[in-house]
Amino acid sequence: MTQAAPPMTGRQIPDRLVSPAKRALRSWEALLLLVGVAIFVANSFASPYFLDPWNLSDASFNFTEKALIAFAMAMLIIAGEIDLSVASIIALASTVMGAAMVAGLPVPALVALGLLTGLACGAFNGLLVAGFGLPSIVVTIGTMSLFRGISYILLGDGAFTGYPEGLAWFGQGYVWWVFSFELVLFAVMAVVFGLLLHRTNFGRMVYAIGNNATAARFSGIRVDRVRFILFLLTGLTSGIAAVCLTSRLGSTRPSIATGWELEVVTMVVLGGVSILGGSGSIPGVVIAALVMGLVTFGLGLLNVPGIVMSIIIGALLIGVIALPRLWKMVRK
Amino acid sequence: MVNKGTPLVELKDISISFGGIKAVDHVSVDLYPGEVVGLLGHNGAGKSTLIKCLSGAYRADSGEVWINGEKVEISNPRDARSHNIETIYQTLALADNLDAASNLFLGRELVGPGGFLDDAAMEAETRKIMGRLNPNFRKFNVPVSALSGGQRQSVAIARAVYFNAKILIMDEPTAALSHKEIHELYDLVEKLKAQGKAILFISHKFDEIFRIADRWTVFRDGQFIGTGQMADVTEAALVQMMVGRAVDQIYPKRPARIGRPVLTVSGYGHPTEFEDIGFTLHQGEILGFYGLVGAGRSEVMQALFGITRPSKGACRVGDEIRVIRTTAQAVEAGIVYVPEDRGKQGAVKGLPIFQNVTLPSLARTSRAGFLRLAEEFKLAREYTQRLDLRAASLDQDVGLLSGGNQQKVVIAKWLATKPRVIILDEPTKGIDIGSKAAVHDFMSELAAEGLAVIMVSSEIPEVLGMSDRVIVMREGRIAAEFAGAAMTPENLVRAAVGITGEAA
Repeated sequence: MTQAAPPMTGRQIPDRLVSPAKRALRSWEALLLLVGVAIFVANSFASPYFLDPWNLSDASFNFTEKALIAFAMAMLIIAGEIDLSVASIIALASTVMGAAMVAGLPVPALVALGLLTGLACGAFNGLLVAGFGLPSIVVTIGTMSLFRGISYILLGDGAFTGYPEGLAWFGQGYVWWVFSFELVLFAVMAVVFGLLLHRTNFGRMVYAIGNNATAARFSGIRVDRVRFILFLLTGLTSGIAAVCLTSRLGSTRPSIATGWELEVVTMVVLGGVSILGGSGSIPGVVIAALVMGLVTFGLGLLNVPGIVMSIIIGALLIGVIALPRLWKMVRK
Repeated sequence: MVNKGTPLVELKDISISFGGIKAVDHVSVDLYPGEVVGLLGHNGAGKSTLIKCLSGAYRADSGEVWINGEKVEISNPRDARSHNIETIYQTLALADNLDAASNLFLGRELVGPGGFLDDAAMEAETRKIMGRLNPNFRKFNVPVSALSGGQRQSVAIARAVYFNAKILIMDEPTAALSHKEIHELYDLVEKLKAQGKAILFISHKFDEIFRIADRWTVFRDGQFIGTGQMADVTEAALVQMMVGRAVDQIYPKRPARIGRPVLTVSGYGHPTEFEDIGFTLHQGEILGFYGLVGAGRSEVMQALFGITRPSKGACRVGDEIRVIRTTAQAVEAGIVYVPEDRGKQGAVKGLPIFQNVTLPSLARTSRAGFLRLAEEFKLAREYTQRLDLRAASLDQDVGLLSGGNQQKVVIAKWLATKPRVIILDEPTKGIDIGSKAAVHDFMSELAAEGLAVIMVSSEIPEVLGMSDRVIVMREGRIAAEFAGAAMTPENLVRAAVGITGEAA
């Protein structure tokens, strides 16, 4: 039915009172960027080796793979769900790639199987959450054990080694000068996910679901379909990470990428994504990935042991989250 | 029954208001030992509010409560208990995962030496009291969630009796009971009456009131209308008191040209919520759905909108048979729904106004799946302005708006989809007078433009003032349909509560 052109009787409501640029300046992402710059400057004073392009490029490997997953995880957490099985998906995907290599399959097949395994795991999670309405935190804690458990059954104490030369490029190759394949992939995926979340209908639905899933459903949104796709995306990015990591390490053990799920979630939360869903951004996650990379690299140069590093990352997370709240409380 | 001596309970001149609206307005009620008083009144007449003041859930703004001839303060449920007042709510407030004994002693547990719970003693006591009240009760060691409505009810009543309640408030106690269980409840009420307990009995069902009450008291719009002996009153007289005089409020209903059928529903059924629902809605028509709370009106509407799935029946929109299983399919078919629960189901708080408006229309405002903000602002401005929305900017979080303005955003959202049928579920509930008038005005305008409107409402003046035709639902079925001169308050109420026969 067509309605008559609405009469313009009501008062004029402005589109915006605060321009997007001004809003960005006051945002969490801006604050985090400042922290990142400060860490960068501090690092360059602390160690003479820090500012070397090749060293920085090397250092990027400690966050690129996790960040790929973090982009998809950010969208999932904004939609009010979570996927804790991502590290186990890496283990399973890598194991499948190893088995395919033993069977003599060529490199393109290995890559395809790695990605497909990721997708299949994501579909399994998505089916349980979106199809059967189970809580995602419970489902993915379950599949976290399940997926890695399958790897252990297939591999036991053993390992797949001796991957073909052709596979090495994904984790060790360089596109141009110091820019590794992984670093370029990180940049490309940041743009792709940034566009997906912030510039498409799908991204808008993700925010709507995260803020109020019931009202989103009452607005004609296919909530379960969106949720299912989001699980596919974390599965797929975990598959991509599995290809890169397997290529970089040149071997597969069932303990591969242990504990990564928490580092990925840390990256997402540090990036300003609300763990309760509904808000956050991809630029925030990009900056958080860089900050975490810089901290780890800087401390590495200073020969700080790994255990201490994880303490510092944890303290950074709590500190950055708590400071704005403390600041508000003090001002009141 | 003759009322002698001091009343057990006297509520004197009680007033309670919520946000400026008087829910109970200078009401007085008294209750003597050994009598059952039936409280009657429409949705929103103030019955439940008044008894919550006696059970300690609300505090009265003014007025006094006297128990046994003494003035008392009841400011929380604990105070109510100390005055031997027990309430049995319609929703049967029991802790689902605990068994009968644990529920009976909830908050007043028996403790053995050393401060540990004495489960054995509690169960023994429970068996004793249940043996007296409901000898057939056997399910002592299972969670009460596994019990039937009647069994749960008897646990709640046993709790009241065990702790020596003298005053029992029963708020629609038969709502969840089977026919047989209702008769068991009547017997139980007789027993309690014989023991000298005073019972306030709230019910919408006239046969119940006539069966067990000694005295009646009628409320309307928060005001006391009258009281008297059951023996001296007729159903017709009670209905007359419940609905009051004619509607004197002015409604902006414009005559609209009723056109072709837009929506035809036939044989809609759902295993638990509704049965045998069929009606036809025409272009330009406002079809009112009236009924008591819980009559299944919202459930039918949500089935039409794809929230719940009907188990049988068919739905035709225009000339096409439509199977609606998701809200997306409903929107596609041109059926939209403005829900009663704005906070949970209406506006997406946290998202700005313009994004709320465009949410179901993204396919139109975007290109190849990519957002076009300029188009979104344009669409949002067009429809929010038409509804005279009051907001600082379209970029403002919708959660910061008043209830009435949130409602306007939800309506704007649906109009932007250019629907054929708009279903409004209690569209003016809990919004201020000004917004209310704006919503009514707007409904009328929409119908005049040829949209088909369904309005679910529990307010008789609104239903009569706005509708071309009214369907009354009762217990999940269509009880009656009225149009023209037959649309009277009496007819609506009689159909809603289930009185057959002609109005007096």
